[in-house]
Amino acid sequence: MGTAPRDQVTPEGVYLHRRELLKNGLYAAGTALAVGSGMTWLVGKAPPPDAPELPALAGYQAAAAPYTVAEALTSYHDVTTYNNFYEFGVDKEDPARNAHTLRTKPWPIQIDGEVAKPQAVDAETLAGWFTVEERIYRMRCVEAWSMVIPWLGFPLRDLIARVEPTAKAKYVEFTSLADPEQMPGVRHRVLPWPYVEGLRMDEAQHPLSLIAVGLYGKVLPNQSGAPLRLVVPWKYGFKGAKSIVRIRFTEAQPKTTWAVVAPSEYGFYANVNPAVSHPRWSQATERRIGELGRRPTLPFNGYGEVADLYKGIDPRTLY
Amino acid sequence: MEGTAEPASTRRPLGRPPLPWLKPGVVAGAAFPAASLALRAASGTLGANPIAETLNQLGLAALVLLVASLACTPARLLFGWTWPLRIRRELGLLAVAYASIHVLVYVVLDQAANLAAIAEDVAERPFITAGAAAFVLLLPLAYTSTNASVRRLGFARWQRLHRLAYAAAALAALHFLWRVKVDVTQPLLYAAILAALLAVRIIVRRSRRQGNTRAGEG
Ligand code: HEM
Repeated sequence: MGTAPRDQVTPEGVYLHRRELLKNGLYAAGTALAVGSGMTWLVGKAPPPDAPELPALAGYQAAAAPYTVAEALTSYHDVTTYNNFYEFGVDKEDPARNAHTLRTKPWPIQIDGEVAKPQAVDAETLAGWFTVEERIYRMRCVEAWSMVIPWLGFPLRDLIARVEPTAKAKYVEFTSLADPEQMPGVRHRVLPWPYVEGLRMDEAQHPLSLIAVGLYGKVLPNQSGAPLRLVVPWKYGFKGAKSIVRIRFTEAQPKTTWAVVAPSEYGFYANVNPAVSHPRWSQATERRIGELGRRPTLPFNGYGEVADLYKGIDPRTLY
Repeated sequence: MEGTAEPASTRRPLGRPPLPWLKPGVVAGAAFPAASLALRAASGTLGANPIAETLNQLGLAALVLLVASLACTPARLLFGWTWPLRIRRELGLLAVAYASIHVLVYVVLDQAANLAAIAEDVAERPFITAGAAAFVLLLPLAYTSTNASVRRLGFARWQRLHRLAYAAAALAALHFLWRVKVDVTQPLLYAAILAALLAVRIIVRRSRRQGNTRAGEG
């Protein structure tokens, strides 16, 4: 009874062999786990963040022609989790992860420069001066991707009319908040802060130019530039200054951030122009977020009605 | 001592176990990022721009593996480790595999096999030009990665050819650097590691040569 039948005893050679196999298997698994974790740490990425849950904005006018496009909307999730807002980090998902630290109330905005009524006004008060309407616009990023976004806002021209720029005002300059306390990206000098954008006066007064205070029927998410941002649909997305704290009317052309950082890559106009490619991206086509294929990019992003603004200017300089 | 850079598989250091688990472990581990990408693509959790995300992860995996393959010889020169040499060829081939899927995704998914658009990209986008040059340099190295190739070419010529791996890695780092808009920390980090690895080789070789000369004079 004390000894097993002969044929059940594992021969020593086979036993050692099995032990060797087991040991090698464990070592291989351990190596795979170590190499796999290391590689995942170096090249992998966390799953995308969730879309924000925000209160609805009441009492706005629904989108109507000519301020809407008959194209599928980009999902709320994609609109709110895929953003370029370097004040919150350079990764597309950083703004959605980090922008919760932005405090949008109170939000004083300084309006000054060549203007009859310079003033400081809170964003909420300012927005209250105007009727908010919905506008469904294409948004074309200079990185050759695009979205269709249902914005809520009011025409910039209404604001301009209200503050009465002087005859000297040739441009409008928009400055974004640059507070390292609330905006982790500002702690790194990836751009010369604060972010500055600008428009020629006639561009700013074009009925398409919008100051947005919301999207998808809700309050503007922080990562999209709350509480107040610029939307100029015929220009590349970077022209749309976010979280604006200053609106200044000037005689000289504003020194806009990207045009200062890389003048050969980004112009002041930055009109969507499939004929002028960027050194990193062909601008002839774009990927609509949510689609896999590419579609041709349209001159002025499909807003040909603005072409009159640029009569007599060499179209090759309009990038 | 030129023979030190001999391909791992042609030498078998005496008195060392052959570490049979090392290669399968490394190959399986290096497949993690590809497997994770495939899973996330299938479940739709690659984010808003899944093609760009896939391209970036595959490209970075290729660069990481290429740098790892180039670290094997310096690791032996510095620390006397021989085990990295046993997986050097696998690391190089894995890098080429990732680079190939990276290029395939670019051609088929990103550009929908539009040859005119691809030709324009390669000719006019400096970052794509650098990536394509890196890829073209990697192909002959993968092709001649076998022991039979070492024998056919002769070791000295094979070794000279395979120094192109440094050029390919440098071009890949440049590709990464030129792609990035503003935050160049990561590409510069890879470039710095490459420079350090190359420096180790050159310095060690030089000091050995000097050591030999002095011994000869003595
Ligand atoms: C014909 C050859 C190649 C082409 C056309 C190409 C194309 C691209 C493209 C289009 C991107 C940017 C993706 C995006 O953000 O939309 C990219 C990124 C990248 N590629 Fe390549 N590539 C090539 C070869 C290589 C090779 C050989 C390597 C490495 C060995 C490599 C490593 C990378 C890296 C590291 C990135 C950036 C990853 C990141 O930003 O996290 N590429 N490549």
